[in-house]
Amino acid sequence: MAGLTRADVEHVAFLARLRLTDPELDRLEGQLNHILDQYAKLSELDTSAIPPTAQTIELENILREDVAGPSLAVEDVLRNASATDGDFIVVPPILGGDAA
Amino acid sequence: MTAVQDATRLRGHELAARLRSGELSSREITEAHLEVAERQNHALNAWLVIERDKALAEADAADARLAAARAEGRHAVDALHPLLGLPIAVKDLVSVAGGQCTAGSRILEGYIAPYDAHVTERLRDAGAVILGKTNMDEFAMGSSNEYSGFGPVSNPWDLDTVPGGSSGGSATAVAAYHAPFGLGTDTGGSIRQPAALTGTVGVKPTYGRVSRYGIVAFASSLDQIGPFARDARDAAALLHAVAGRDDRDSTSAPVPVPDDLLRIPGADDEAASWLRGKRLGLPAEYFVKGMEPGVEARIREAVDALEKAGATIEEVSLPHTDYGLATYYIVVPAEASANLARYDGVRYGRSIRLPGADFIADYLATRGDGFGPEVKRRIMLGTYALSAGYYDAFYLKAQKVRTLIKRDFDQVFESGIDVLVAPTSPTVAFRFGARIADPVAMYLSDACTLPANMAGIAGVSLPCGLSDGLPVGLQLIGPPWSELELLRCGRAYEAITADAAWRALEPAQLALADDATGPTPAERAARLAA
Repeated sequence: MAGLTRADVEHVAFLARLRLTDPELDRLEGQLNHILDQYAKLSELDTSAIPPTAQTIELENILREDVAGPSLAVEDVLRNASATDGDFIVVPPILGGDAA
Repeated sequence: MTAVQDATRLRGHELAARLRSGELSSREITEAHLEVAERQNHALNAWLVIERDKALAEADAADARLAAARAEGRHAVDALHPLLGLPIAVKDLVSVAGGQCTAGSRILEGYIAPYDAHVTERLRDAGAVILGKTNMDEFAMGSSNEYSGFGPVSNPWDLDTVPGGSSGGSATAVAAYHAPFGLGTDTGGSIRQPAALTGTVGVKPTYGRVSRYGIVAFASSLDQIGPFARDARDAAALLHAVAGRDDRDSTSAPVPVPDDLLRIPGADDEAASWLRGKRLGLPAEYFVKGMEPGVEARIREAVDALEKAGATIEEVSLPHTDYGLATYYIVVPAEASANLARYDGVRYGRSIRLPGADFIADYLATRGDGFGPEVKRRIMLGTYALSAGYYDAFYLKAQKVRTLIKRDFDQVFESGIDVLVAPTSPTVAFRFGARIADPVAMYLSDACTLPANMAGIAGVSLPCGLSDGLPVGLQLIGPPWSELELLRCGRAYEAITADAAWRALEPAQLALADDATGPTPAERAARLAA
């Protein structure tokens, strides 16, 4: 399998929303390629006729009526947010604004 | 020792008997354990938080429940769960309302769980006493506890070695007599491997046996919660308390939990008789390269003992075992990268808001700053494996190989094998730093445990002696929902080796762990790295 370049590592880090330092990127480039080399072992197996396993206990869809039930208290939910305003969590702007 | 000091050396079922006879109260039992845990946490770092006041309040409530049951009569006392009033160490990724739940990560520092996990509710129903929350590899990613955001944990058998991971804190707490019970989670071996390395009993239940509601998610198609204890009967009692269907986790299965988990025989003769006529399989692929000779010797001795006691031993093959590691390290990072996308610093957890920057910059900074090296590595691997153009080559391919691994087990059990017997870990506890520089070497720690997770089946690790003075773990693997049979098998093994000299040994450096002025595990690790 093709190896990851330094630019690939930086791109994946951005997709994963991880800000990494240069030493971290250097280290990861070597480590990720070493791990990807291990993956190559799987190409020894012909799996063209094998179905994938996503879960092991073969449960069917679990459905329930869509009815309202008791929920957590607002103050308990908001307590862990970094910024709140009344009963709301303050989120960073995602549609334009000063920074965009 | 007085009866109270001695209490920490007793198993859960022994404590339960003394509680009911009135010889000890839950408060006395709890205080004795708290005292040891607090004294040794400097040297072991097994606990991220010890909740003394809450624990004593729970102990008093348990004593009151027992008194009320006594007043009501014998049947009311008999109806109490064996865990009533007994201390437990809970891995810090299980939500306990009103307390911290860091998952071993700095990104969740300061987070307060707003609700109880299902297993926490079940512990409260049983009347167990939660002493605190235990150390772990960050987000359960690791096999040595060295990836904790809050420092490594020392193994009480040798303070310069790791206790295994990721549930290293719970394993150490049980091994060092801080609690007779511990809860961990096992995604690829995170209960069984630390159980092996600390000389405790650990159970990875069948996927779906225990509800995952309220635990921090890691790899959702593999994660299972399970018990630590110092013998098979205690492990069975704890599993009984926490197992069962819960509507809030749609992957928890509507399969009855056998009450016989509470009736595993105490008498050695009766326990050993389980082995007669049973067919035990030795998977050839688990006895290969990389296994320490001392580990192999202990496993072979255990197999001989099981055979002598009436079991039939058959060599079997699980031909795709060798593909397990690569498969696991595609499936797990992929699922982890998706699960950990939620840590964005908005609703909870560490948050960095850069003035004037856009939200992407805030996410990048929050996550880059909050996650440790192994978590970043796995998020990177998973993001790459799931990215456009690579999904079929990595994730889909791994899921197909997963089918082959599962079929290996299906075929062995369909052929009439009752239980597979194997090493839990190919090595005994290793020194701090030994595997930290090479992620693949660390991943190999779980080569013998992760196939059971891939197949969703049950596994148990039991102590089976020492190699170089360090514990060796015997792994028993069974088909789905076979926990009762595995624990009966484990209890039978305990019974036929009850007189073994190693069973009388306590962790060799337990006394050293009493020294609150000596080096911490982090200082030991730094010294070894120098």
